[in-house]
Amino acid sequence: MEDILLKVDNLHAGIEGKEILKGINLTVRPGEVHAIMGPNGSGKSTLSGVLAGDPKFTVTGGSADFHGVDLLALSPEDRSHEGLFLSFQYPVEIPGVSMVNFMRAAVNAKRKYFNEAPLSAGDFLKLMRQKREIVELDNKLASRSVNEGFSGGEKKRNEIFQMAVLEPRLSILDETDSGLDIDALRIVAGGVNRLKTERNATIVITHYQRLLDYIKPDFVHILYKGRIVYSGGPELALELEEKGYDWIKQQVDNQ
Amino acid sequence: MSSLNQYISLFEQNRATIYAASPEALNRLRPAALSALKQFGRLPGKRDEGYSKTSLEEMFAPDFGVNISRVTFPVDVAQSFKCDVPNVSTLLGVVVNDEFRPSATLLKNCPEGVTVDSLAAVAASDPEFVEKYLGHLSADRDAASALNTLLMQDGVVIRVRKGVKLDKAIQIVNIFNAAAPLMSVRRLLIVIEENASARILVCDHSQSSDYQYLSSQVAEVFLGDGATLDYCDIEESSEKTSRIAQLFVSQASDSRLTVNGTSLTVGHTRNEYHIDINGEGCDTELAAMAIADGSQVIDNSSRINHNAPRSRSNQLFKYLLDDKSHGAFEGLIYVAQDAVHTEAYQSDRNMLASADARMHTAPQLEIYCDDVKCSHGAATGQLDRNALFYMQTRGVPEAEARMMLMQAFMSDVIDRVPIEGLRDRLRHLVERRLSGEHAVCGDCAASCHK
Repeated sequence: MEDILLKVDNLHAGIEGKEILKGINLTVRPGEVHAIMGPNGSGKSTLSGVLAGDPKFTVTGGSADFHGVDLLALSPEDRSHEGLFLSFQYPVEIPGVSMVNFMRAAVNAKRKYFNEAPLSAGDFLKLMRQKREIVELDNKLASRSVNEGFSGGEKKRNEIFQMAVLEPRLSILDETDSGLDIDALRIVAGGVNRLKTERNATIVITHYQRLLDYIKPDFVHILYKGRIVYSGGPELALELEEKGYDWIKQQVDNQ
Repeated sequence: MSSLNQYISLFEQNRATIYAASPEALNRLRPAALSALKQFGRLPGKRDEGYSKTSLEEMFAPDFGVNISRVTFPVDVAQSFKCDVPNVSTLLGVVVNDEFRPSATLLKNCPEGVTVDSLAAVAASDPEFVEKYLGHLSADRDAASALNTLLMQDGVVIRVRKGVKLDKAIQIVNIFNAAAPLMSVRRLLIVIEENASARILVCDHSQSSDYQYLSSQVAEVFLGDGATLDYCDIEESSEKTSRIAQLFVSQASDSRLTVNGTSLTVGHTRNEYHIDINGEGCDTELAAMAIADGSQVIDNSSRINHNAPRSRSNQLFKYLLDDKSHGAFEGLIYVAQDAVHTEAYQSDRNMLASADARMHTAPQLEIYCDDVKCSHGAATGQLDRNALFYMQTRGVPEAEARMMLMQAFMSDVIDRVPIEGLRDRLRHLVERRLSGEHAVCGDCAASCHK
């Protein structure tokens, strides 16, 4: 069990009484990149929301073990401290909260969780500078309100910047490629790749093969009707790109 | 029986004392105020239009003491009040209950062409000036201002003479200091003459949170042609303090006015802004923020009269209400028939942080002219759940995230405050207020409970 980072077992969850996830099983080990693909409405974003602790979803069954910790019992902030990171499909604009204050609060909350003293102003700024380079994020954005008035590309780069600062053990990238042009996609994917180590892992949720040209998955899973119905290697993504989802849908629906 | 009567009889019983203690320039306004009050018969209550959340009858009902015989309260001004608005060096005057006391720096450093002095003193030394202005805007048009006029004995005069641009901000600290329930009648007369400019900061404090206090405040502001005034008002008193504060402004052509009201801690407050734009080319910014919890009530009402063409006004009111607190906003923009090319905007945004908090809002436009640009809007909502979750996923604990969002909600009002050091101060005060550290202006010595 030592080398398992995340083990999701028969996870059921829904929203307002409607079940969306109907028994998810997923095992992620350190160093791995998993891609989760699937047609619209299959439950991809629900899965990422449930793992991150979005209160609008209710877990109705199953478990998620995160390096020995019962993930589902933690608040969203403690999940973050334990090393989970969710890159949002639609990063939230927070007018009036500056990026700098936001990140300082985030960094120091994590340090407090591990009984460490807050970072000094100098060390904090140095950290920001280092991490900004990874996604070529403009310094100007630091003084602006979180995501407010950011372009689509800037928002996604900002997500990866935050990921770089928080150094998560498991990152879930929810449709990170949506709304990105090819240059922004390259920068974002480049950032993700630079942050990859043997200890951490990534779950990439995406509609399209496109992102997987840049972030190479070790495993590809197909989510359909709230279950992972098919798993394979990177070649599965190419197959999907070519044939679409219909063959999978037929297979599952005919069972 | 109306609670007004006890103050009328107080006046009638002490008429001789009051008249003897005050100069003629103040006394001459009392008979008209008295007959107006007798005509009103009572103070406004919740059934009166525009007072849906405030009953002055109830506010004035306790038998407050009034310092009729001018007892001096032993507060060492130099000791207690060091101004602590960062990066702003102010000309400080303190109003202890209703008595004006200049600071040593004010006496020493008051620039030429600038008067910051006791109303009673100026009324004695320059009655002509006081008679020319005092009471002209308040003019007994309502019971609250008439009662203030009936009982006023001192106050503050701020006069900036023609063409004088005052760099330093003037700070007036109103402070309650009494070991018994007390009502203070406070009066402010501000005259910014032609092409002069000034910045005024008024703070309200209560040195004891054990006693009930009531502050009756009337400020009359006259802006001459091309004059500029930034006026900030901060309420940081106590939950047992109530206040009715009325600001009356008359703006002449091309004058600029910025008013910022901040209600942080107070039991029940009613702030009225009556602004008459009587000249062309004026610019008026009125913004207010209110943070309330417990059973606080914060009630603001504004009336901006565009009586002349080509002027612009802009209002922003923001409330953050928690627990069982109540907020009220009634705002009227009036545009007269010949006030063409008026631009007038009004916006009221409110956040309810609990299920029991209530906001009452009534934006109104009264326009008698075709060629104008006017808008108003009001919205009341709750904390943005998505933003809260987003912040939590980055590790910011929920309580801290909530506080950051509440602070952020107020940021645009604070950003409008034209005194830079005061903006920092307000951010700090709001942060302290939201983190539950109650009431006191921190290290601002004006509120230290020593």
